[in-house]
Amino acid sequence: MIGQQIINGVTLGSVYAMVAVALTLSIGVLNFLNFSIPGLFMIGGMSLWALLNAGMPWPVAVAGALLFAVAASMVVERFTWRWLRGAPHFVPLVSSMAFLLLFEHIAIAYWGSDIRVVPEAFAGGNWLIAGLVIGIPQLFGLICSVALVAGLSLLLSRTRTGRALRTIAEDPDTALLLGVDINRVVSVVFIVAGLFTAFAGILFAINYRQAHPFMGEAVGLKGISAMIIGGMGNIWGSIVGGLIIGTAEVFAISYFGADFVDLVVFGLLLAILILRPTGLFRGMQPVRFGI
Amino acid sequence: MSGYFEGVLVLLAINVVFAYGAYLPLAAGQLNLGIAGFAAIGAYGSAYLSDTFAIHPLIAIPIGALFAGLIALLVAVPVLRTRGIYLALATFAVGQIVRAAILNLEFLGGAAGYPVTAFVRLPVVLAFALIVMVLVTVLFATRFGIALRAVQDDERVADLMGVEVRGFQIAAFALGAAIAGIGGGLYAHHFSYIEAQYFNIGLSISIVLYVLLGGTQTTWGPLIGATVFTLLPELLRGGASLRYVVFAAGVIVLMALRPQGLLTRANIQRLFDWRSPPIPADPVSSRSTV
Repeated sequence: MIGQQIINGVTLGSVYAMVAVALTLSIGVLNFLNFSIPGLFMIGGMSLWALLNAGMPWPVAVAGALLFAVAASMVVERFTWRWLRGAPHFVPLVSSMAFLLLFEHIAIAYWGSDIRVVPEAFAGGNWLIAGLVIGIPQLFGLICSVALVAGLSLLLSRTRTGRALRTIAEDPDTALLLGVDINRVVSVVFIVAGLFTAFAGILFAINYRQAHPFMGEAVGLKGISAMIIGGMGNIWGSIVGGLIIGTAEVFAISYFGADFVDLVVFGLLLAILILRPTGLFRGMQPVRFGI
Repeated sequence: MSGYFEGVLVLLAINVVFAYGAYLPLAAGQLNLGIAGFAAIGAYGSAYLSDTFAIHPLIAIPIGALFAGLIALLVAVPVLRTRGIYLALATFAVGQIVRAAILNLEFLGGAAGYPVTAFVRLPVVLAFALIVMVLVTVLFATRFGIALRAVQDDERVADLMGVEVRGFQIAAFALGAAIAGIGGGLYAHHFSYIEAQYFNIGLSISIVLYVLLGGTQTTWGPLIGATVFTLLPELLRGGASLRYVVFAAGVIVLMALRPQGLLTRANIQRLFDWRSPPIPADPVSSRSTV
């Protein structure tokens, strides 16, 4: 039973982790809390449902959902970070909140506010190993998540773009002086945000077989918590934070009930922010981001 | 007066009160994303008093607000050690904890919500909103307001000039929470029913948006912001989601074109002080350290 709980926790936690990575990259590089990310998550899940509903095959639906979210994220980039550089620091945050509202209510206007049922992926695809049920889509999703994060980590540490991003994180003005094309490089942060978050949304829709316009909010809030637990700007820390929160949630639900979970998660979040604002894993950052 | 019109006015008055609650900390350079949590404390506190002890709402609402202010004072001391994004996140966590705590408290109805028997009519709600407005405006005409403005413009310089920055920030935070508590109490006693789900992060975000849209430089800002964005959707009619689409698009465009909000100090001076020579355009507010 406990083994099954851990598997369920890791499945949920990997969704939180992907959202947390997108958030943490935005904070680490741009010092920008991107509140539109729960909206991008919803775009991923809802577009998957809509495309499948329109009769598209799975690969097309998944690719289309990812594409929509990346396009939406680029629109967010145009109106938050790019326009508002040099404005008071809360302005991009406010605009990104407005984008969350905008995405959610456009989705309602188009598709209504009902909970939609996403068809089963890989029909009948469950493995029974030592009495534990492991879903093939879940396993596949987990592998893809790890690959995406590893790819991002390589991008940041090995490539020219990665070096440029790290320079911007240290000091945007110096980066500009050194000839970094800031507008081009920063769009990478938003592409990653769209890609990772939409992927998480698709995973969520497949794992729990549902999508609705407000699906991003609860997950986004847990993603923020995961990001803080892992230390803002720390990518692998976000993964660990996501897994901790996912597992803790699954266990807490089965022992205490769902309402109690929020109390624990957000209590932990507040305690960490006050006592140890750098998060739990300060010492193991593979990429050093200034906050 | 038609029921519809009365409903819109009540909502407007409550939103104005909420907006002033978020305005005080914002005027000291702090983004309070937990404002809905303090509104919830005021709502549940006053509703519990008027229900259980049969205290008149006119007394119960201020006591509930006082309670919200006291809790904010307790929270402010550790939370305001953080700043910038950390502060926004810490206040966000506080708001979530309040909501989750209410959901777990059986004597407050938990997830089922809490029915309120005492009732306040439109004139009472309007009177409260007016008192809050006058109070904040008077407060900002005193040294307190000048000090807050100095803290907002540049924390470090304010500190150098001998302003007790932390003290003023804590005061603004707690006072704002108390005002939000008044709004919560009015909401509870007018709509006769409250549930924890209403006081969610979406409410906090909307309240903060009202203030930033109106502008944080003058005490008229929250009134203008809350009024425009309560009435505009009503005028638009259409489906509820379409209203939000317009509201959100309006926020994005306004933030892009006019990040300092609709109304600025310079606007007010130009309008009411015809003797002084024209003043230069707004200085872009300083990039406060995050």
